[in-house]
Amino acid sequence: MSTHRLERVSADGSEHSISNLHALKASGVRKVFVRKNRQKGQGRLATQEGGQWWRSRKRREQVIALESIDLCVAKGEVFGVLGPNGSGKSTLIRLVSTLLLPDAGSILVFGHDVAEDPFAVKRLINRVSVDAAFFKKFSPIENLMYAARLYGMNAREAKIRMRSIMKRLGLKKETFNNPMEHMSRGMQQKVAVARGFLTSPILLLLDEPTTGLDPHSKRDVQAFVREIREQHDATVLLTTHDMEEANRLCDRIAIIDEGRIVALDTPENLRALVPSRDGDKTTLEDVFIELTGRGFEEAEAKEVKA
Amino acid sequence: MSSFVREMRGAYAFVERNVNLMKRYWGWELVWLIYSLTNALAITYIGNGMSSITGQEIDTQYVVSYLLVGALIWQYLSVIFYAISEMIAWERWEGTIEYTFMAPVSRPTHLVGTTLFAIGYGIVRTLAILGIVVVFFQLNLGGANILGTILMLLAGSVSFVGLGILAAVLPLLYPERGAQMTNAVAAILLLISGVYYPVETLPIWLQKVAAASPATYVIKGMRACLLEGQPTIELLPTVFMLIGIGITVILLGLFIFRHVERYAKKSGRLKRSG
Repeated sequence: MSTHRLERVSADGSEHSISNLHALKASGVRKVFVRKNRQKGQGRLATQEGGQWWRSRKRREQVIALESIDLCVAKGEVFGVLGPNGSGKSTLIRLVSTLLLPDAGSILVFGHDVAEDPFAVKRLINRVSVDAAFFKKFSPIENLMYAARLYGMNAREAKIRMRSIMKRLGLKKETFNNPMEHMSRGMQQKVAVARGFLTSPILLLLDEPTTGLDPHSKRDVQAFVREIREQHDATVLLTTHDMEEANRLCDRIAIIDEGRIVALDTPENLRALVPSRDGDKTTLEDVFIELTGRGFEEAEAKEVKA
Repeated sequence: MSSFVREMRGAYAFVERNVNLMKRYWGWELVWLIYSLTNALAITYIGNGMSSITGQEIDTQYVVSYLLVGALIWQYLSVIFYAISEMIAWERWEGTIEYTFMAPVSRPTHLVGTTLFAIGYGIVRTLAILGIVVVFFQLNLGGANILGTILMLLAGSVSFVGLGILAAVLPLLYPERGAQMTNAVAAILLLISGVYYPVETLPIWLQKVAAASPATYVIKGMRACLLEGQPTIELLPTVFMLIGIGITVILLGLFIFRHVERYAKKSGRLKRSG
């Protein structure tokens, strides 16, 4: 594989040598978690009074979060990972974010291995997760300034940039200095998007960024993602269980179920896998049902039960 | 931009964040200040009442000074210990741990920022308590060796930074119970280090444990400087020993922290709790 390289200046002013070929390449990635389950009824003990009580024991069990994940994301692409809750989407994002280490396989971000060279990866990425995790008593400006300093940004430039991004996302100026805990979920998520984009990542990881948002906030965030694709030199890895969102925003989509990719193609080609019935347009949910034998809700219910 | 400037900006992020946390949680700051102050006063009043308690003639002034020095130095050292050992716990409570750990900032930089804040905060808080306490008790420091005091305090800070790093590993390993464990570590240090009484009053086996606590040497040295005016030259062996312990514990702490961080990434423990 040839590795055409180019130089890029990031938000902190430093130059990175990055591969132009793949923004992200995952090969044979496997991730297993060990979960402790408290089991009642194992080890019955007799008491002095002749009664008995149940001693609870913790049983370790392995949960396969991801299995044999192979995917390549091209530079500048908006790549969707579509799957029900518990299918392994967030685990994939956390692996790319260097917050988890794969048990097998490798993940390269612009040629840098997330396990071997996490520092180089960290300088190229940022992430927006489903829960807008902030210092809730801090204002948006204080939270974003903390993030900017962690990424080595100049404070004055960061202030100008954060105000501009927040305004673009429809946040009112009066809210910039109020504690985050007084903001609605939608507004908090917009600040999270601003934080993700503040450091000019060349790979932006969006982990269900619109889940739980009202329709208006959802539209604002989706419009911003489209703007990133059209106007900025960034690649986006977007996980969602919103089929419509995946269809509207993504160049290509990987459908994931129980930790495995069951299909990967453009939205049009995925829909073409299933013939339309009764003249209705085929949806991505139809594709998911066809490939897995069950619907999203059923898959999520199974996950909850497990 | 040089990597040094970038790292310094990263370190300042933790100083500024902690100052902002103090401002936003000012009510709790006030509560803890009152608690620390009343604690120091209560313990010192025990010394003040020793003659009444025992019915014997006692040099109350010396006992009061002895207890006050212990209370104030422990106040300073424990602030450093908690500020550093809670650097992970705070991130877990606020839910920001994932964002901080995916930021391109090295762990030593993280530590430098937290330590700078801890030392500054510890000095301001201890001086504030001292300023109020001297209204209640007469603290005669006429013959004190101030240079030796500063040296001893700095050397003690280094060793407590190291202990703080070691304790910070606990919330990383145990998301739910780690923060409580750091409290237990601090409580044991308080018991064995001769903060309010000579170490010699402890059982022999605890005296042996006390020999491993840097606080034992810091507090003993501080009393020698402040109450007996011990010359600096005589303090140097203790100062060098404390710096040696401090550097060793810091390096050991960083080494363990790096491995535990890797384990946390392997087992999926780098996530919020609470």
